[in-house]
Amino acid sequence: MATGTTPTTPAARGVLAPGRAAISARHLRTDRWWLSPLVTAVALTIFIIYATWRAFANGDYYSTPYVSPLYSPCLASNCTPMNGGADWHLFGSWWGLSPALLVLVFPLGFRLTCYYYRKAYYRGFWASPPACAVAEPHAKYTGETRLPLIMQNVHRYFFYLALPVAGILTYDVVLAFRDESGAWGHAGLGTLVLLLNIALIWAYTLSCHSCRHIIGGKLRHFSAHPVRYRLWGWVGALNGRHMLLAWSSLISVGVADLYVYLVASGVFDDPRFF
Amino acid sequence: MTQVERHAYDVVVVGAGGAGLRAAIEARERGMRTAVICKSLFGKAHTVMAEGGIAASMGNVNSHDSWQVHFRDTMRGGKFLNQWRMAELHAKEAPDRVWELETWGALFDRTEDGRISQRNFGGHEYPRLAHVGDRTGLELIRTLQQKIVSLQQEDFAETGDYEAKLKVFQECTVTRVLKDDERSETGAPPDRRSGGKVAGVFGYVRESGRLFVIDAPAVVLATGGIGKSFKVTSNSWEYTGDGHALALLAGAPLINMEFIQFHPTGMVWPPSVKGILVTESVRGDGGVLRNSDGERFMFGYVPDVFKEKYAQSEEEADGWYTDPDNHRRPPELLPRDEVARAINSEVKAGRGTPHGGVFLDVSTRLPAEEIRRRLPSMHHQFKELADVDITAEAMEVGPTCHYMMGGVDVEPDTAAARGVPGLFAAGEVAGGMHGSNRLGGNSLSDLLVFGRRAGLSAAEYASGLGGTRPAAPEEQIDAAAAEALRPFAAGDSADEGPAENPYTLHQELQQVMNDLVGIIRRGPEMEQALERLAVLRERAQRVGVEGHRQFNPGWHLAVDLRNMLLVSECVARAALERTESRGGHTRDDHPGMDRGWRKVNLVCELTDQAQGADARKEALIGLRQRPTDPIRADLLALFDREELLKYLTDEELDR
Amino acid sequence: MTHTAHFKVWRGDTDGGDLRDYEVEVNDGEVVLDIIHRLQATQAADLAVRWNCKAGKCGSCSAEVNGRPRLMCMTRMSVFEPDETVTVTPLRAFPVIRDLVTDVSFNYDKARQVPAFVPPKGVPAGEYRMQQVDVERSQEFRKCIECFLCQDTCHVVRDHEENKAAFAGPRFLMRIAELDMHPLDAAADQGLVRAASAQEDHGLGYCNITKCCTEVCPEHIQITDNALIPLKERAIDRKYDPLVWLGSRIRRRKE
Repeated sequence: MATGTTPTTPAARGVLAPGRAAISARHLRTDRWWLSPLVTAVALTIFIIYATWRAFANGDYYSTPYVSPLYSPCLASNCTPMNGGADWHLFGSWWGLSPALLVLVFPLGFRLTCYYYRKAYYRGFWASPPACAVAEPHAKYTGETRLPLIMQNVHRYFFYLALPVAGILTYDVVLAFRDESGAWGHAGLGTLVLLLNIALIWAYTLSCHSCRHIIGGKLRHFSAHPVRYRLWGWVGALNGRHMLLAWSSLISVGVADLYVYLVASGVFDDPRFF
Repeated sequence: MTQVERHAYDVVVVGAGGAGLRAAIEARERGMRTAVICKSLFGKAHTVMAEGGIAASMGNVNSHDSWQVHFRDTMRGGKFLNQWRMAELHAKEAPDRVWELETWGALFDRTEDGRISQRNFGGHEYPRLAHVGDRTGLELIRTLQQKIVSLQQEDFAETGDYEAKLKVFQECTVTRVLKDDERSETGAPPDRRSGGKVAGVFGYVRESGRLFVIDAPAVVLATGGIGKSFKVTSNSWEYTGDGHALALLAGAPLINMEFIQFHPTGMVWPPSVKGILVTESVRGDGGVLRNSDGERFMFGYVPDVFKEKYAQSEEEADGWYTDPDNHRRPPELLPRDEVARAINSEVKAGRGTPHGGVFLDVSTRLPAEEIRRRLPSMHHQFKELADVDITAEAMEVGPTCHYMMGGVDVEPDTAAARGVPGLFAAGEVAGGMHGSNRLGGNSLSDLLVFGRRAGLSAAEYASGLGGTRPAAPEEQIDAAAAEALRPFAAGDSADEGPAENPYTLHQELQQVMNDLVGIIRRGPEMEQALERLAVLRERAQRVGVEGHRQFNPGWHLAVDLRNMLLVSECVARAALERTESRGGHTRDDHPGMDRGWRKVNLVCELTDQAQGADARKEALIGLRQRPTDPIRADLLALFDREELLKYLTDEELDR
Repeated sequence: MTHTAHFKVWRGDTDGGDLRDYEVEVNDGEVVLDIIHRLQATQAADLAVRWNCKAGKCGSCSAEVNGRPRLMCMTRMSVFEPDETVTVTPLRAFPVIRDLVTDVSFNYDKARQVPAFVPPKGVPAGEYRMQQVDVERSQEFRKCIECFLCQDTCHVVRDHEENKAAFAGPRFLMRIAELDMHPLDAAADQGLVRAASAQEDHGLGYCNITKCCTEVCPEHIQITDNALIPLKERAIDRKYDPLVWLGSRIRRRKE
């Protein structure tokens, strides 16, 4: 690795700034530090492309009794009728675009402001920093001190909104235990997929840092609130796996949607257990 | 005349561990402009290594505890050689010093009812150690550091300068205590008998190598111990006996220098961490010692004086952890000197572990989760350094040089060094408090109790002087500068012989002390040690370093060598003189404890030859015997006569 | 087991320097600091390095090993391949003094700017009562050994010298969190809202929670999840949550 004896050039900043040890390399890491941000960026990009396509597609999102999590609740008149499902036509008929766009803003906002995803895309897309002790390429950095990034502080409101959304998806899963005719007692592979998805969504939602704060973290004296302390402990245990849950719930949403799409578009029939 | 940076303060504290910081806080709160000088960065002092806790008879866990019981335990632990007044003050004031830390933000582990939790420890009759997991020393140092910062914030609010009244000079080494000298006009060298008063300190900034003088009428030594003279030690590089040597060179006597505590449980493997401490809390919380035969060997090593207090069987010992009122304590919790000797014997008898220690096992005694909660830093230390999971396997441990009981001979109430007005000492550098052996947990409380007293007395002394302050003569400063810079000139003149490498000398010194004046001592070996020390001392005159003065570790070590050599000579001379075994001094050739020797302190002083310019071959240290102070009657009355007879002579008791 | 390792150690000072090559003996069970000491004793007597306890308890021997901020005393040689070059440099976020020693005064300046613990009025020493569950969160942060590796790795100041004035760094934001969670801290009685002040006066907003501080912490303190994010949430309580804001308004009215 090249190193120089002249400490600085006028444009030198960060680790190359005057006064710091004169090492010309911007970093000296020898491990594959670039792997993790690369994987993050690629995986997020794939999801974004897929989700954008599906959100605008406006079709093949319902196949009785399954609804894609991207399209629930369905709030416009152009929704496919769902048998007892959450197709509430609150927006009336003037909405001509895909109804998914009306609701996706909530989970999108929740995930965009999530403390884990922030880390992931700041590192993966923005290289701020690309990895620990690897110099970032930007000349200036103000972090979340001003607009627009100061808006990240609204995360807790998206958390509040994520709760009813998760509730509705839960309702969808309950309906997935009915067959095409509306009779209870059905269970197919689709039911299982949606069930797994909602479990992961709840786990991700409840493992949120804002949730951890609201449920008990804000307290100064746990001893005076034993119930909230216990809840805080549980949320804390989930929170320790926030990254894992963020990824697995993201993948499960994509898989659940894909599954419904494949069934609805007739690629294959939903295997039925009973 | 040497060009030096010059500062003036009311009180200078040398050392920024627990005792030094506590002294500085006290002096500043008494209105003194105070300087703290430390060799490391602020907050890195060796105090952070203390693990177990602070002994204070708060009685939070067992309400039977009181200062009297604590005093009794301390005296027993020190085999009655303790300066009894210090032990008394210590036992009485420790609880206040601990509670005070809470008002500065310390967060100790708690009892059910929200008070400070206290844990069991070797030699303490009741659970007595306030603790934070096993990182109590860190909590202590951080709390004191943050208290200092808070005082600086007050000064900033008042004056706009954080350092207006209290300044920390970090990464500086003090090489001389300066004194005024009535005879300086005659040109005679500074002499310890001239009765000069302290006038300040001389030192250098490690970072830049700049020399400095701080003029100050009161100097508090709080430099800690001497462990770096030994090869296997739990002590950090800072522990080079600086304060001990500074006191000697300023004309103050040292006492009890033969007593060095070898902690029974240091790591023995890998070699690079050999000596690093394994906290006594491992045993306090249930850990047991076994030899390679799997035997819990400590039952065979309970000495007669402790027979009634310790369990005879494993069942009884195990019962104690949950029901201490109806069981006697396990012998693993004997005072440290006993346990260290027992381990030493087991290894010598061929029942040691592959790496020459014994097994300390907590994995079969507590659930893994509990171990991680109670002993987090031990778990971490073994995992990271030795790749050993202490929740699943036993540790290998052996004795390591841990603590110097001896030190500056001080007045118990004021911490003032005898014979040198204006010099004070507190903490490990002060002698007497722990007698021949210190109990675990008594060190941190010692730091706080006597750190505060030293700061207080130094403040009173400095303000009592009024406007007339002692001044150090210029030639003393010149001499100090020449001494500090000599390693750069070594090897320049042909008649002196080749320059010596400080690292080599240091390693040889450590080997000599470890092998010849170590845990088990023999007369002829110590005589040999003294001869080899004399040779090392002569070679040290020629110690030379490369490079320049800016942050040069070779130079720093060369300067510290003088102190280690002086202190090592004290240890060897005193150990040779004391022909008995007691506490941290074990003579193979005199295995018994002798009641006659309890009445005697050995006092080390610099000889007159040592003051002269050419003192290479002569002994630098003179030794004299001094009778100990008789223990006050009401304190003696705290013990049974039968017990006292084991320690005190009949005449002492009948008086 | 002994082998010879290839080391590159940065030697120099404020005027410049370079990575020097050393061939040095390595024994079983050794850590990087042992090797640096061996270099001092045998090949480079004046190699400047800070160290102290050599047991991971004091946080003195911070440096960057193969580009990663680490404690030299806790970096075992066995994590490297025998033929791997081990590069040791000083911390690169702070001004260098000499060789592996840097000027860490930034951290001591920041420490002074965090208002100290405020003892509760009317509670004498010895009468403090706190429950274990209430002290545990702050106790985690008090495990900090002030090695300043988190301060070194944080890109906010590592890559942007100009942010040093406004940003306290993970260690001292964590200190604010510690005091804010202290069961008896009475700063609020003096009108100091620590969480809001963390954002307004100590640069909490600069933190973009990319977690490098947590990654390098040798004490394994969950700095981001347990200190910085909760502190951000507490600041939001004070500054951006209308419900909380309204609640505190009403409570104040009642008093």
